[in-house]
Amino acid sequence: MTTPDAAADPIVKVEDLHAYYGKSHVLNGVSLQVGRSEVVGLLGRNGVGKSTTLKSIMGLVHAQQGTVLFEGKPVTGMPAHKLARSGIAYVPEDRRIFRLLTVMENLRTGLDRAGMTESRRRALLDKVYELFPVLAERRNQHGGTLSGGEQQMLAIARAMMLEPKIILLDEPTEGLMPRMVAQIARIIEILHREGVAILLVEQNVALTLGCSRRVYFMEKGETRHHAATADLTVDDPVIHQYLGV
Amino acid sequence: MTKRDTRLFWIGFAVIVALLAAAPLVLPPFWRHFVTEILIWGLLAMSSDLLIGYTGLISFGHSAFFGLGVYGAAAALLLVAPPNLFLAIALGLVAAALVAGFVAFFSTRLRDIYFAITTLIFSQIFYVIIFTWTSVTGGENGLTFTRPGLGIPGLYVVHFTPTTMHWFVLAVVAVSYLVLRRITRSPFGMVLQAIRENEGRTRAIGYHVEHYKMVAVMLSGVFAGLAGVLYALQNDFAAPDFVFFLVSGETVIYNVMGGIGTLVGPLVGAAFFLLLREVLSRFFTEYYLIPLGIIFIAMVIFMPQGLLGFMRRWLNR
Amino acid sequence: MAIPWDLIVVQTVNGIVTGMILALVASGLTLIFGIMDVVNFAHGELFMLGAYIGVLVLASTGSFLLALTTASLVVALIGAALQIVTLRPLIGRDPLTTILATFGASLVLQNYALWQFGPISRKIAEPVSGQFHLLYLEYPWYRLVIAAASAAIIGAFWLFLKFGRYGIWIRATTQDRVMAQAMGIPVPWVHTGVFAIGAAMAAASGVLFGPLVGVEPYMGLPWVLKAFIVVVVGGMGSFGGSIAAAILVSLLESYASIWVSPSQAIIVSFVVLILTLLFRPTGLFGSVSR
Repeated sequence: MTTPDAAADPIVKVEDLHAYYGKSHVLNGVSLQVGRSEVVGLLGRNGVGKSTTLKSIMGLVHAQQGTVLFEGKPVTGMPAHKLARSGIAYVPEDRRIFRLLTVMENLRTGLDRAGMTESRRRALLDKVYELFPVLAERRNQHGGTLSGGEQQMLAIARAMMLEPKIILLDEPTEGLMPRMVAQIARIIEILHREGVAILLVEQNVALTLGCSRRVYFMEKGETRHHAATADLTVDDPVIHQYLGV
Repeated sequence: MTKRDTRLFWIGFAVIVALLAAAPLVLPPFWRHFVTEILIWGLLAMSSDLLIGYTGLISFGHSAFFGLGVYGAAAALLLVAPPNLFLAIALGLVAAALVAGFVAFFSTRLRDIYFAITTLIFSQIFYVIIFTWTSVTGGENGLTFTRPGLGIPGLYVVHFTPTTMHWFVLAVVAVSYLVLRRITRSPFGMVLQAIRENEGRTRAIGYHVEHYKMVAVMLSGVFAGLAGVLYALQNDFAAPDFVFFLVSGETVIYNVMGGIGTLVGPLVGAAFFLLLREVLSRFFTEYYLIPLGIIFIAMVIFMPQGLLGFMRRWLNR
Repeated sequence: MAIPWDLIVVQTVNGIVTGMILALVASGLTLIFGIMDVVNFAHGELFMLGAYIGVLVLASTGSFLLALTTASLVVALIGAALQIVTLRPLIGRDPLTTILATFGASLVLQNYALWQFGPISRKIAEPVSGQFHLLYLEYPWYRLVIAAASAAIIGAFWLFLKFGRYGIWIRATTQDRVMAQAMGIPVPWVHTGVFAIGAAMAAASGVLFGPLVGVEPYMGLPWVLKAFIVVVVGGMGSFGGSIAAAILVSLLESYASIWVSPSQAIIVSFVVLILTLLFRPTGLFGSVSR
């Protein structure tokens, strides 16, 4: 199996990251990188630390050891809101949209930024409403009244408001119907074509292999294996090994 | 605790008690009185540590327990002639226990911050009651009474001198410390500490957490009341000031400064605070609370384990 | 016992007036608690400092309006400084430490005021004097002004929360601090800003209420105590709840003081608190999410 060449200058690079929840050593040496406009998958069983890895990159979990580089510059320990402003967006598992804010207000949390002229705001909103027409319909409804799939759309749309260079996507298809899963795949493809890099954590192996160029496999808090999706199939022994299906 | 630790502990205890007993013999009257007061406030602080350090509940209600101890003793000494020491102690403790039970009933259903606020509000309730019920409590002016003697009234009574009063207080405080220590090391105490560490899990295991908390509040209140009784005996007067929530606040300060969860720490914290107050008053007169408050805030931020925090593990082994 | 209808009407108005001020004080507390889980023990002292600054500005400029705005701004800055110095270092620690820190701050501020201004109470002159006929009594206009001003301030703030950009920031941070950060909202500064706003509200209450009572270093204590009661009764973290509870409690107290002395009337608020804790511990209007 050939190791695929990651982009020469990755947008995000993680080197030997260690993190703890209290005394529990959750991340035990995570290393990965995502190239510009690249879609990279992160696979592993429940509880191996995939979400924690995303949170550490986003600065939401304190990294005890190791470095995170964004566009070549070290950003470990930088507060999350600065990272968001620099171009890293985070879409958590279970969505976590602001339930008591309207759809529009949810979007505004990312839209109201320095340097956003009226025309740029309009353009960005129009783009997102075109991608997610259901959000346009419900723009004045409170986030909590949306269905699970609609909330996932909103979570992704909200992240897009930051015009990010990379989106950290945590289990976007969890709990969604197959039709919505296909839509998520389409959206990932659209984002990819626009040049947004994506680090995708997923339990849905088929989706991940379909969307990503490369995948990392995690086990017990470490990145253990790394492969190009071109070389993998859904029932590959590697998949069985790391996802224990 | 290993045999060696136990021996160390008792040696340390004996030495400190001996030193404190010697105090009235070597110190000038002002400082002797000062040490006696430290012991009394130290007992109050220790009682509060049972809640703060061992159960994980910050109480701002101790002024009520302390104050009712003072007034309970006062009531006994004013209503019954000749003044009876044991009655004063008993009444003070009962009054404190009743108030503690009352407060416990309402506040233990609440957690964390809500507990702190409700105990604060309740202590102020009692302050207002005592302040305004002038016919019974003397209101703002408080009550004065005569100090009882030690012994059996009518038969044989020895009156207290300042020195013997000091020794009496020391004895009560020392015994209280040992009793409180026994409590924290008992199975009951272990459950309290489990509640402090993880209330949810303790509840899940099957312990009726609210009951344990209530008992803890009542025990804490009884010892606080005992401190109040000692104060009444030492000073011969009762005033609403002792029920004002500032007393609760200062108690919490003693605990934090001294180190919670150590029992001895709060006593040291009380001593530290009172000494600082003496020293700072020389420079800042009645505005000593400005620098003292700043020191306190700094300790909360930079030294949250308190002065004796480093000894916490050893003392609880 | 004859029902003194005229007294009841007057006391209703009094109750609403006091209730509005209490609402303004309590909203500041609720705001701070709701967004950052901080119980601000020093709130009464911010109230008191506002009143004192009002005294000073009024004395030098003669303008009540200027006194009101200056006091609010200055105390907002003091509040921001207080939050940055004493509360930011405590983020991530047990939230009970914030009670201790703000308690310490209240002691420092009280005694600072005592030192600077002395214990003798000062007066703020009423900006609007004169009375009008309420039934067959003369009722001071100023009391209505207080109620109206408080309502206006609360209303303005509510609008700010609903429609302003920073209002969205505050609401988002209150609901989900972590995701607010992930969206680029500078949460530490939102916290400081909210604390400053709460402080400004307390200060404004101090200036508004100043003419009714004397301004002295300990004037904040009864207010913060009542504000705590109101916040617990209304439901901690519920903005609307504390306003409603403030008016309810003040009305009941006003009625009670027809028959008993004001210092005893406060027992009413205690009774309301006890009843609430017995039957609805989350508060009368409490949000279940807390």
